[in-house]
Amino acid sequence: MTELLKLQGLTKAYPGVIANDDVGFSIAKGEVHALLGENGAGKSTLVKMIYGLTKPDSGTMTLHGASYVPTSPQAARAAGVAMVFQHFSLFEALNVAENVALGMENPPKMKDLAKSIRDVSHAYGLPLDPDRTVGDLSAGERQRVEIIRCLLQDPKLLIMDEPTSVLTPQEVEILFKTLRQLQSEGTSILYISHKLEEIRSLCDGATILRLGKVVGTCDPRATSARDMAELMVGETLHIPTRDAKASGAELLAIKDLNYAPKNPFGTRLKNLSLTVHAGEVLGIGGVAGNGQDELLSMLSGEARAQTGTVALEGKEIGKLGPNARRTLGLLAAPEERLGHAAAPNMSLIENTALTAIIRKDLSKNSFINWTKTESFAKDIIATFDVRTPSATAAARSLSGGNLQKFVIGREVMQDPKVLVVNQPTWGVDASAAASIRQALLDLAASGAAVICISQDLDELMEISDHFAALNEGRLSTPRAAKGLSIDEIGLMMGGSDTVSDTQTTEGVPA
Amino acid sequence: MDLGSISLVAFFASLMVASTPILLAALGEMITERAGVLNLGVEGMMIIGAICGFAVAVESGSAAMGFIGAAVGGALLSMLFALLTQFLYATQVPSGLALTLVGVGLASFIGQPYVGESPPAVAKMAIPVLEHIPFFGPAVFQHDAMVYISILLTIAIWAFLKFTRGGLILRAVGENHDAAHALGYKVRLVRVMAIGFGGALAGLGGAYISLIRVPQWTDGITAGIGWIALAIVVFASWKPGRVLFGAYLFGGLTALQLNLQAANVPLLLVLPYLVMLSGVIYLAIAVAAGSWKKTLDVKPTLKTFAQFIGTGLVLLLIGVLTNYASSLDLLLLSSAPFVATIVVLVVISARSKGASNGPAMLGKIFQAH
Amino acid sequence: MISLVKRPQPSKAWVVATPILAVIVTMILGGLLFAAMGKDPFVAIRTIFWDPLFNPDFAAYSRPQLLVKAAPLILIAIGLSLGFKAGIWNIGAEGQYIIGAITGASVGLAFYPMEAWFIFPLMIIAGALGGFLWGLIPALCKTKFNAPEILVSLMLVYFAEQIMIAVSLGALRNPEGNGFPGSRNLAQYASSANPELIAGTGAHWGVMAAFAAVVAAYVLLSKHMLGFQIRVTGESPRAAGFAGINANRLIIFCLGTSGALAGLAGLFEVTGPAGQITTSFNTGYGFTAIIVAFLGRLNPIGILLAGLLLALTFIGGELAQFMLSLPSASIQVFQGMLLMTLLAMDIFVNYKVIWRKKEAV
Repeated sequence: MTELLKLQGLTKAYPGVIANDDVGFSIAKGEVHALLGENGAGKSTLVKMIYGLTKPDSGTMTLHGASYVPTSPQAARAAGVAMVFQHFSLFEALNVAENVALGMENPPKMKDLAKSIRDVSHAYGLPLDPDRTVGDLSAGERQRVEIIRCLLQDPKLLIMDEPTSVLTPQEVEILFKTLRQLQSEGTSILYISHKLEEIRSLCDGATILRLGKVVGTCDPRATSARDMAELMVGETLHIPTRDAKASGAELLAIKDLNYAPKNPFGTRLKNLSLTVHAGEVLGIGGVAGNGQDELLSMLSGEARAQTGTVALEGKEIGKLGPNARRTLGLLAAPEERLGHAAAPNMSLIENTALTAIIRKDLSKNSFINWTKTESFAKDIIATFDVRTPSATAAARSLSGGNLQKFVIGREVMQDPKVLVVNQPTWGVDASAAASIRQALLDLAASGAAVICISQDLDELMEISDHFAALNEGRLSTPRAAKGLSIDEIGLMMGGSDTVSDTQTTEGVPA
Repeated sequence: MDLGSISLVAFFASLMVASTPILLAALGEMITERAGVLNLGVEGMMIIGAICGFAVAVESGSAAMGFIGAAVGGALLSMLFALLTQFLYATQVPSGLALTLVGVGLASFIGQPYVGESPPAVAKMAIPVLEHIPFFGPAVFQHDAMVYISILLTIAIWAFLKFTRGGLILRAVGENHDAAHALGYKVRLVRVMAIGFGGALAGLGGAYISLIRVPQWTDGITAGIGWIALAIVVFASWKPGRVLFGAYLFGGLTALQLNLQAANVPLLLVLPYLVMLSGVIYLAIAVAAGSWKKTLDVKPTLKTFAQFIGTGLVLLLIGVLTNYASSLDLLLLSSAPFVATIVVLVVISARSKGASNGPAMLGKIFQAH
Repeated sequence: MISLVKRPQPSKAWVVATPILAVIVTMILGGLLFAAMGKDPFVAIRTIFWDPLFNPDFAAYSRPQLLVKAAPLILIAIGLSLGFKAGIWNIGAEGQYIIGAITGASVGLAFYPMEAWFIFPLMIIAGALGGFLWGLIPALCKTKFNAPEILVSLMLVYFAEQIMIAVSLGALRNPEGNGFPGSRNLAQYASSANPELIAGTGAHWGVMAAFAAVVAAYVLLSKHMLGFQIRVTGESPRAAGFAGINANRLIIFCLGTSGALAGLAGLFEVTGPAGQITTSFNTGYGFTAIIVAFLGRLNPIGILLAGLLLALTFIGGELAQFMLSLPSASIQVFQGMLLMTLLAMDIFVNYKVIWRKKEAV
């Protein structure tokens, strides 16, 4: 195969961190090449350099044998390099055609563009209506917009950043079909992911990054997932242990919950029901944007439910606000660490007061006892091994993993009866993720109920007793997690709740 | 009191004159906000435009030169705001306030030698043929060039936003600056240009006041019109056509106030009937539109109609009870534009039910990584 | 090449240093402006910042003026700072100040010519209440209809000014005033007067109230739940919602309190230094207080100092107008530039500025 893109000695330093250190590899024409690495390994910096968003400090890139120095994304696109972003570069209030036009250098007239969007999207099995507003599309459909935008420019190299994190297993299959079709047409693909099985099924070659350096290359088809994982992480992981437990009393029950969020692009919750018992971990899967945030706000009390839909230990709590729920023992940790679970510029002590004043009795006559708050903050920091110079450090000065440990620790250490977490290990390094999962399991073992909303299926399978999935605001009936097959999970995530129980018990090896 | 002394032709003519500065400033601010930037310094940029336009016109003897000077002055002042918010990442709300404070002070500073001067007269530019239409001719087609320019600008801006690539990029930057940046658009450049355009138009609006509407220089000549322009942008849901409508609505109110004052007619004698008449017009439009689209919500329509009539009756009652006291009437007349702005803001915000339909990035700080 | 690096957390040292630097830079810029007008910049700066306090010819008159002018600025700015901290933009303090003066004065005038000890306290309550209610209008428009409080509160300034003109000519006009617009002089009516309490200092009841407000705000912000809630809401509205903070209650509290404090400032002004409601009673304290609040970093102690400084610019400005015939607007420009320079310098609080050699390509 002929070489398409060759990277040599790429180095990029930001103050205090070397994001890429002497990175080099090459991608052949028609190759699907994986770029593997943990969060913070330097994948996105590397991709930004290839796409012209940042300039390398040193090193060279060669495209088609000629020197390639993209000064802007426009220049990269003109050279035949296109990119599908992980956090979509889409405009919610604009329609599909306008979004596509924005990603092109010389878009045709809107009418012609709409027609070619229809044509191309059908040709690649990703149908799209050019007139729809992007804000109304599902995550999968939005990704199509990004892909079609790239395809219309006939790219030589397509960069895809974590494309499957927003897709159901079925949608992943469709995407892979499209990618293979592209490959057969001679397009090279740089595929960024940390999901090893996907890479093994799709990619021809792989480069593994750790802490900004290339630590290995391999043929993913001939390498075991375990070996690649070890290269990627560089240490053996602490795997949580799951204690056997007996199902306890019913703690939280939701019955026929409906909720229309204020945000016009939010997801409506429809007829949602679930129960969790003492000692149980309920895992809720589903693709992002299917009602996860809305469900969390319904449980945290940030949004109010109709009477008779949410009950804690048999007591009606639908109309109660966050603090009344905390008093009763229902705690929550939302997905966004900075700006939702914690105030970015405030110290860890102040962020402790954010949710812990009531249960930890940190105030008297409406005056906050800062000494007591500080000692509780220090407790959390010590118990959860939060790496920070001091308790007075601002929340935003902590790394993602450490802040997440703090946020989860803050709730866990208040001895909740029910704890709801959303994406507890998103963007967190492997060892912090493992300790967070362990903390959730320990909490359940101590008799609390845990609801874990996550898009990481591996995580959910690891810690859940029961599993359910959100799809367009509907929740599938929770089922025992043990023995669920990937197909069944996929169907649940895809909104099909018709799989009968008899089907699940047979044919799946434990 | 002499209601008959109010000439409808003169009323409509003065309506257009009163509306033009609001329209210009609001159009400029709308473009700035569509790029995601909230510049609260409109009042400051307007008054700088007013004095720059006045000074240049007096010194050069040419009103046209004055308007150019005003646009340049407004744009230059807005660059201070651009420097603060786009390069030094300052918060937009206080930066806009600072711009107004500096602008008002600076204008008064520059303007001192010009108090009492008169600017060169601005020629009327009657539109051939149309100017002879009875009533409409003198009311609409016998104005100065700026009136027509402001209306043409509205159309041009509408077309720019809807049909051009530049307009699409401007909207994209205002909707999601991170995505626009990731696609390679120069968010900062787009915003600086939008801020400058907003400043230039605010400057033109200010100069229209000092050169045509008043026409002389006094301290604080813009008297809150910049703030009303800001409210109009919200009222108009960031759409050019509605900005035109909103500006003319407020211009109409101002013209009505001046005409009533001149004719010595108490506002409370006229206002109740105007409000009730608006209710009837609303009902007629709603019924017509409803039967056309075949979706008439009878209850809310009647409720709104009843609110109009009720408000009218209350105003009527106040008038009768106070016996049309002149001090109260003076208060009502002179504060009408500001009270109306509040009412309009409340109504329009209540209707959107908390969900802002403005640009998603409005007022947010962008920093490239 | 200059590059900016975001600090892991805001620099506490720069938070204190930037206002001081901003004052210095503004003095330099102001000096250049004065030089451009053909005035000696050093003399001008000295006349504004030094002579009112230390020149024996003026100090006796000017020094008491410092507290007189600083008191309303501080009172109003303390109130504004609560809202600004929570991201609630009350820019209509000028209107609340006017209304507080009118309602307070009305109560006093209603009792005229009776002399009684309770009249002044009643006026204080009425003044605070008037400002409170005027501040409540944008608050309710915001909480009930989500109307932008910035624009509503500002429109209410113009409305309040028209009311002020109307009552000066109508309801409150002094019947013995020979037809001139304006109310009776409250400072000359013993039961409503707000006199200098300590001779030669300028300290009247408003000055006491301003100091009390500084202390109260300090305690509120550092120790009380409500102060904590205000800070969280300003830092991150979503985190505040998660913490169970009721945003609407805070909006009403902040706008109401700042309205009440501005109303108080108006009442103390009309019963003391101004003496009467006239068509030009307000002099822009409500707007200058915005600068005071920011220059004081929204911190009560900082506001106290900033209030004194801005008061000095008013007094020094008048002196410079008198001595050097500097235009009165120049002090307004100066104050505006001060806010701009401060906002510009804020970059040092959150960013490190690094000088790097040009990148090799």
